[in-house]
Amino acid sequence: MKTLMKGNEAISQAAIVAGCKAFFGYPITPQNEIPEYMSAAMVNAGRVFVQAESEVAAINMIYGGAAAGVRVMTSSSSPGIALKQEGISYLAAAKLPCVIVSVMRCGPGLGGILPSQSDYFQVVKGGGNGDYYTPVYAPNSVQESVDLTIKAFDIADKYRTPVFVVVDGTLGQMMEPVEFKPVTPYQIDVDSFATNGQSGKRGYRNMVNSLNLSAIGLEKSNFELKATYDEIRKNEAMYESSVKDGDEIALVAYGVPSRIALNAVKALNDKGVKAGLIRPITLWPFPDEAFKLPASVKIVLVCELSMGQMIDDVRLALNGSVPAHFYGRTGGVIFEPEELVDAAIKVVGGGK
Amino acid sequence: MAIIYEKSKGLTERPLTYCPGCSHGIVHKLIAETLVELNLLDHTVAIAPVGCSVFAYDFFNCDGVQAAHGRAPAVATGIKRVAPESIVFTYQGDGDLAAIGTAETIHAAHRGENITVIFINNAIYGMTGGQLAPTTLVGQKTSTSPFGRNVAHQGLPIKVCEMLAAIPSSYYLERTSVHDVPHIRKTKAAIKKAFQYQVDGKGFSMVEILSGCPVGWNVSPVESMKFIKEQMMPYYPLGVYRDGGAEI
Amino acid sequence: MAKVKLNFAEALCKGCFLCADACPKKILELNEDKVNQKGYNPIHCTDEGACIGCAMCAVICPDSVIGLERE
Repeated sequence: MKTLMKGNEAISQAAIVAGCKAFFGYPITPQNEIPEYMSAAMVNAGRVFVQAESEVAAINMIYGGAAAGVRVMTSSSSPGIALKQEGISYLAAAKLPCVIVSVMRCGPGLGGILPSQSDYFQVVKGGGNGDYYTPVYAPNSVQESVDLTIKAFDIADKYRTPVFVVVDGTLGQMMEPVEFKPVTPYQIDVDSFATNGQSGKRGYRNMVNSLNLSAIGLEKSNFELKATYDEIRKNEAMYESSVKDGDEIALVAYGVPSRIALNAVKALNDKGVKAGLIRPITLWPFPDEAFKLPASVKIVLVCELSMGQMIDDVRLALNGSVPAHFYGRTGGVIFEPEELVDAAIKVVGGGK
Repeated sequence: MAIIYEKSKGLTERPLTYCPGCSHGIVHKLIAETLVELNLLDHTVAIAPVGCSVFAYDFFNCDGVQAAHGRAPAVATGIKRVAPESIVFTYQGDGDLAAIGTAETIHAAHRGENITVIFINNAIYGMTGGQLAPTTLVGQKTSTSPFGRNVAHQGLPIKVCEMLAAIPSSYYLERTSVHDVPHIRKTKAAIKKAFQYQVDGKGFSMVEILSGCPVGWNVSPVESMKFIKEQMMPYYPLGVYRDGGAEI
Repeated sequence: MAKVKLNFAEALCKGCFLCADACPKKILELNEDKVNQKGYNPIHCTDEGACIGCAMCAVICPDSVIGLERE
C-alpha cells in the first residue's frame, strides 16, 4: 500500500523499518522533520531517541550506540555535518556501522537554508581527518530515499562503515507516494566487535579503538580499510544512464536536479540534439563505469546545484576521453530545464 | 597463607604505561577492585577519551572504548541507552572533562544519564606535556603558563563538583584525593558508591579525584602527594557535593 | 603475630618510592644494586620480619607491584 509522505519523514520511517534501534540528533533546518518524526516514532516503537546538546555530541552518541552493536542513525544538514566530521572519522577508523543523513543546504558559513548540492565534497571527500571514505547514496525521489536508506543500513553493517544518505532540501520537503516493503536486515556478527558490556556472556572482552601509535600497526589498519574500500568500489557503485549509441551529449546530474536534467534531455531530443542522462546514485563509490561512453558522445555537461564539485569525479572517470563542461546554480537557486537546454546547445556547438 | 593484598583481577596483565608515581595507577586499581567486589566486571564498558589514560581500554579487564577528546559522556550515553543492562563508566582528565568536553559533561548530568564518571583532576594536561588546564591553580607554572596562572589573563580554575552540584539531576558528586592511604581508601568508598548508584539506576554520578602528575609538575612522586595536600586541597575542598541517596 | 610475606613484581616497579614513604615501619628501600627491565632500581624490603602487614605500601603503589600474604 502506498502512502503520501514528505521526504524527510519517509527517510525516518525507512530507518524504523530497517531496524534502527537508536536515533541521536540535533535540530538544524532543513532536516528538522527527521528528529521530529523520530522523537515520537522511535519512542512509540520502544526504541531510543535522544536530542543531543550539539551535533558533536550526537555523532559521539552514535559512536557509542554503534559500538554497542545496534543499528543507529543521525541526521543533520551541511553546517551540522561539518561538526560531525570528527566523529565520522572515528567511526570509520573504528569500523563502526551507522547511517548519517545529510539534507544539504547552501553555504559556505551559515549560508542559507535553501536546497543545494554544495556539500558533495563534504560527504564524498571526507572532511574528517585521515584516509577514509564513506559510501554515499543520493536518491532523487521519496521512494528511492526510502529504498536507499534501508540499503544504507545493510551496507553499513556489511562493510562495518558509516554510510551517508544525502538529499537536498527539496527532496526533504517534497511529498510523494511511497511504499515500505518488508525488510530482511543483513546479519552482523555483534559478538565480533561490540562493546555492549557482555564480555561475561561472550567469554572475551571487545575493544573499540582508533588509536594506534605503532607506525606498522597503523599502516596495517589503513591497509585493511583500503581493502574494504576496494570491495565497496567493486560491488556497490550504482547509477542510471539513458546514454545510447548515437547520442552527442551526456548530461550528468544527481538527486532532485537529475529530474530537471531529465526534462532537459527530453527537450534536447525534441530539438534534434541527441542527448542522454547519467545519474550517479552512489556518489562514493563514484560510478566510473557509467562514463565509458559510446564514441558518438563528444561532450559531457555536468549539472549541479553548486559551483562545480561532482564534475571533478566526472573528469577523473572520463580520464580525458571527452571534455566535461559545467552548468550550476547555487545559493538556493534551482536551475530550470531551459537553462540546461541552452547550456547543452552552447557546449555542443551552438546553432542547431 | 592468607592473602592480605594482591593485584586486582579487574586489571589486565598489561603493565601500566603511566609515569612513575602517577596517580592514574592508583585510581585504576580502585576502579578495578570495585568492579570485582560489586560483581560488575563481566558486564561493564570502560570509556577512555584522549589524555594519558587513553590506553585505559588496555588495562581494565572489561569491554573498552576509546573516545574522542571530551566526548566520553556522549559515547557513554549512546552505549547506556541501547544497552541499559550494562555498567558504563567514563575515565576523564581535567582537560578532557572541564575544557573540551564541558558541554558533554554538563548535559549528561542534566539528562541524568545513568552512568559513572571518574574525573581525574591533576591541574594539568599530562599527555601533551604539562600545559595549562582549566583546573591549573592560580600561580601554577605550566608549559603554557610559564609566568604562572594569572587570574586577570586565564581566569580562576574551574571547580567541577561545585559547578555540577547546581544541576538537580546530578545524583552523586564527591571530591576525594589519593595523596595518602586513608584518602585512597575514602576514594575507593566513593567510587564504590558511585557504581552502586548506577546499579540501582539512580542516574548521573561523578567522583572527582585530586591526583598527582609528578612529571607534569616537575616534582618527585612523594612531593606530588604533598602538593595535592598543601596546594590543591585548600582550593578544591574534599567532600560530598550531592548525594541523592543521603538526602532521603 | 603471624609472619607476613611480601611479594614484589619487580619488573613492574618504576621506583616511585610512594610505598616506602607510606610504610609506617620504614622497611622499604630502592635496591640500588639492581636495575629492572624498565631501567629502574626496584623496591625491596630491608627487614621482612618487621612488617606488620598493614598493606599501606600495596594500596598506594600505582603499578600493583606489591602483594602481601600472612602465614
